[in-house]
Amino acid sequence: MTLPTLFKDPSARAWTGVGAAAVALFAVAPLALSDFRLGLLAKYLCTAMVAVGICLAWGRGGLLTLGQGVFFGLGGYAMAMHLKIADAGPGNLPDFMQLYGTATELPWWWRPFGNPLFALAATVLLPMAVAAILGSFIFRRRVKGAYFAILSQALAAAFAIWLIGQQATTGGTNGLTDIQGFFGYDLDDPVNQRMVYFVIAAVLLLLIVLVRQLMHSRYGELLVAVRDSEERVRFLGYDPANVKLVAYVVAAGTAGLAGALFVPAVGIISPAMIGIVPSIEFVIGAAVGGRASLAGAVLGAIGVAWAKTALSEEFPAAWTYFQGLLFIVALAFLPGGLVSLAGIVRRRRASHGSGDAGGNMDGGRDGDAGGRADGDTVGNAGEEKAPAVPLGGAV
Amino acid sequence: MTVILGQTFTGISIGAVLLLIALGLSLTFGQMNVINMAHGEFIMAGAYTTYVLQKSISGAGVSLLVALPVAFLVAGALGALLEWVLIRRLYLRPLDTLLVTWGVSLMLQQLARDIFGAPNVQTRAPDWLTGNITVIGGDDPLTFANSRLFILALAVAAVVALSLALRLTSLGRRIRGVVQNRDLAEVSGISTSRVDRTTFFLGSGLAGVAGVALTLVGPIGPTMGTNIIIDAFLVIVVGGIGQLKGTVIVAFALGVMQSVLEYSTTVSVAKVLVLVAIVAFLQWRPQGLYTLRTRSLV
Amino acid sequence: MSELSGLGIRGLRVSFDGFTAVDGVDLDVRPGDLRFLIGPNGAGKTTLVDAVTGLVKAQGSVRFGGEELLGRSVHRIARSGIGRTFQTATVFEELTVLQNLDIAAGAGRGMLTMLRRRKGVPEPVARALETVGLADLADTLAGTLAHGQKQWLEIGMLLVQDVRLLLLDEPVAGMSHDERQATGELLEHISEERTVVVIEHDMDFMRSFARSVSVLHAGRVLSEGTVAEVQADPRVQEVYLGHAAVGDTTLGDTALGDTPLGNAPLGNAALGNADLGDTGPELPDEPEPAGGTPGGLTGAAVQEVRGA
Repeated sequence: MTLPTLFKDPSARAWTGVGAAAVALFAVAPLALSDFRLGLLAKYLCTAMVAVGICLAWGRGGLLTLGQGVFFGLGGYAMAMHLKIADAGPGNLPDFMQLYGTATELPWWWRPFGNPLFALAATVLLPMAVAAILGSFIFRRRVKGAYFAILSQALAAAFAIWLIGQQATTGGTNGLTDIQGFFGYDLDDPVNQRMVYFVIAAVLLLLIVLVRQLMHSRYGELLVAVRDSEERVRFLGYDPANVKLVAYVVAAGTAGLAGALFVPAVGIISPAMIGIVPSIEFVIGAAVGGRASLAGAVLGAIGVAWAKTALSEEFPAAWTYFQGLLFIVALAFLPGGLVSLAGIVRRRRASHGSGDAGGNMDGGRDGDAGGRADGDTVGNAGEEKAPAVPLGGAV
Repeated sequence: MTVILGQTFTGISIGAVLLLIALGLSLTFGQMNVINMAHGEFIMAGAYTTYVLQKSISGAGVSLLVALPVAFLVAGALGALLEWVLIRRLYLRPLDTLLVTWGVSLMLQQLARDIFGAPNVQTRAPDWLTGNITVIGGDDPLTFANSRLFILALAVAAVVALSLALRLTSLGRRIRGVVQNRDLAEVSGISTSRVDRTTFFLGSGLAGVAGVALTLVGPIGPTMGTNIIIDAFLVIVVGGIGQLKGTVIVAFALGVMQSVLEYSTTVSVAKVLVLVAIVAFLQWRPQGLYTLRTRSLV
Repeated sequence: MSELSGLGIRGLRVSFDGFTAVDGVDLDVRPGDLRFLIGPNGAGKTTLVDAVTGLVKAQGSVRFGGEELLGRSVHRIARSGIGRTFQTATVFEELTVLQNLDIAAGAGRGMLTMLRRRKGVPEPVARALETVGLADLADTLAGTLAHGQKQWLEIGMLLVQDVRLLLLDEPVAGMSHDERQATGELLEHISEERTVVVIEHDMDFMRSFARSVSVLHAGRVLSEGTVAEVQADPRVQEVYLGHAAVGDTTLGDTALGDTPLGNAPLGNAALGNADLGDTGPELPDEPEPAGGTPGGLTGAAVQEVRGA
């Protein structure tokens, strides 16, 4: 297979992209970055996992989930509860409970999380179960569009407020902090931190592959159909509520997993990471990169998280203005996200009659454009079309 | 018993604040299907307007009364500007509008932080609003705070003014026409873009008035709008799009519910219970309490 | 293909906020019929189809092949073999023709099939592509199709959906003369194996292809029979000519064959169905714009307006 044909076959392009991303994440980044930077990258990659789910639910299904923080938090707290119990050792209460709590023993709903298998399963299954219950109520009654967005946002607000209110059992505003160990490994040890990074990178790649498969399956096509015209799908004999539910539940699962892995990477989970503001920030990364394209969403999430760290440390005020501006520019003027720029440029070139060779060159260039952020050349992982960009114009 | 009554009254006054905010939203969300997250920052603008006026005018009572129309104009102007610069480009993409206006709201918050500083500020309530009215005396007294009564009166006045304006003025008729059938209104010679801008001005102006009211019950800060705006959006969702009647009923119902539940449980549990109640309600009436019945496929 | 089934409607009533759009309709469609539903705007034709397909709530009884349909949800009715199209062609614009058809074919697919990628073209889809003449456009985005092609795609989707009853709402609106002819022949072909009900304003089209006709007026069935029988029915003539503009009554021939059965006499020029006798030029029909057209016969006409 020659290089030009390689770039024309979507599937081959995607695998090339995933392969390049794997090289970048497993070989380049660990060699090039300091332990501290690698730790930050691990945190960004968790954000990218949430973006993978958002890409499916919002980019493909049109479900603007402004409450991903809830699922992120459920996964994070499930993991952190287990780690806190493990840190405290058998028979002891986690430190914060000794500090604020009046209880002399673990609350009943903490106890199952002492079991590592239960806790691990809960990090994914708990968010998915909550999403399934909530989603089936909401979608079955055909609550959609803006209504759905507002409800999901209210959910994030309520969950954060509830957590803050339960100081004695959830740590309140502080959250669950100062986590020491991860299944027997000391998290203060840089070697173990690296291990956590590798786990996160591997899980992210796995999620990308899984969700891409889902997007390109028959289900993925049906999901787009539901986004385009829900009523029409119903007349074809499908129940659109179920179609949306699957996307919503999968997105909740990815967010839960992200939250769970965020905890060992950063050592803390708190209501400040799951309320309204962080929930919207999850969405914005995907929106800036390109909501309908996996590569765009992942790179956008990493890029925005990186920009936040880089800018907000030195110029907190400037960062807020920049973030606001980013929202406005990306959504008002570039709804397909940054990845759509490549398509726009390509089509403009094509209309200037640069012909076949030019098209192939642009295909290669795509990968270069994607290589700007730490996550590197996932640039090719999704050749997905951005909304309202006719496929016919793609190559 | 009087505790419950007192709690109910507090709930009604919370509802009144929600109503003032939601009235504006019912215009912008109801008519244009625009989810303006910056609405919360228009509230903030109204509150800071009150603060600035009180600094420059000595009497607290005078400055409060002056603040009402000025805050209306300031917030209204901000709204009209936002509509003109951004929102009119996004009418067919409501979800994108939500995120774009969230960006605007971030910037406005930061602007407030840069001008007034990050810490909250306070205004002084005029003397005639600081006292209480004793409704039931004796050992177990029931008192209503004057400031909350004032907010209630303000909300009632705003509802009356708005519904009269919608019903009686030609602008109001045009607004209702556009709500009910945008295309038909357009071909009937109504300049929908001008109606849109005016509606946005009115709705945002009402947010400014709500901001003045909020200075009477709490501190003024850059993020004051963020939390309450979600509740106000829920009022619209539950009340039904473009329905004044639904907005009024639901605003008070949610306020009372929140307040009474807070008393019987805790603030945070009450918040969760209210949300559960809303989801349950939407099972029964997914389009909200009142809806314009149409045969449209959507 | 399963055996042919007929549609039996008894005492069907649909009300919106006090206004009765369908007022006690009894209607039988034989298995394998090609039935046309005609009637002035606001007669309740589309509402009737909405009721049968579960889009609006209705009282009475709708039986298809022995099964009661009323009270079932939209997608369950669709699964019992009933498909419909809409006045404005509704296809999935951001999917290709092939993807549109594949989705239509797949309501009964199992979970595993759904989660796998589509490989190749399923046989019924390939057949439908040929039948509706869109084989060359299989990989085109449906949003870029011409209006008539979208309507064919919709019919194709019903074919792969393997419905036993097709309810078509103005399938030839906006089509050229040749396209109408082709569509009519397609419908004749389809009705050999399925039952077809067509709502139509185009009277020439009806005369050419209808096997039987029902005239709806003010929510009731006014007349029923073959084209000739209906045209000869004095009540039908009264409904149309009674409301007709003065100019139209000068047509000497009372046989409706030459008079506009469409909406032209009802002051609804926007529908553009004014095949004024045989003298007027053939006007290209436009689909009803979203939001509907102002004017019309009664308040019912306003209700008929659809914001699809």
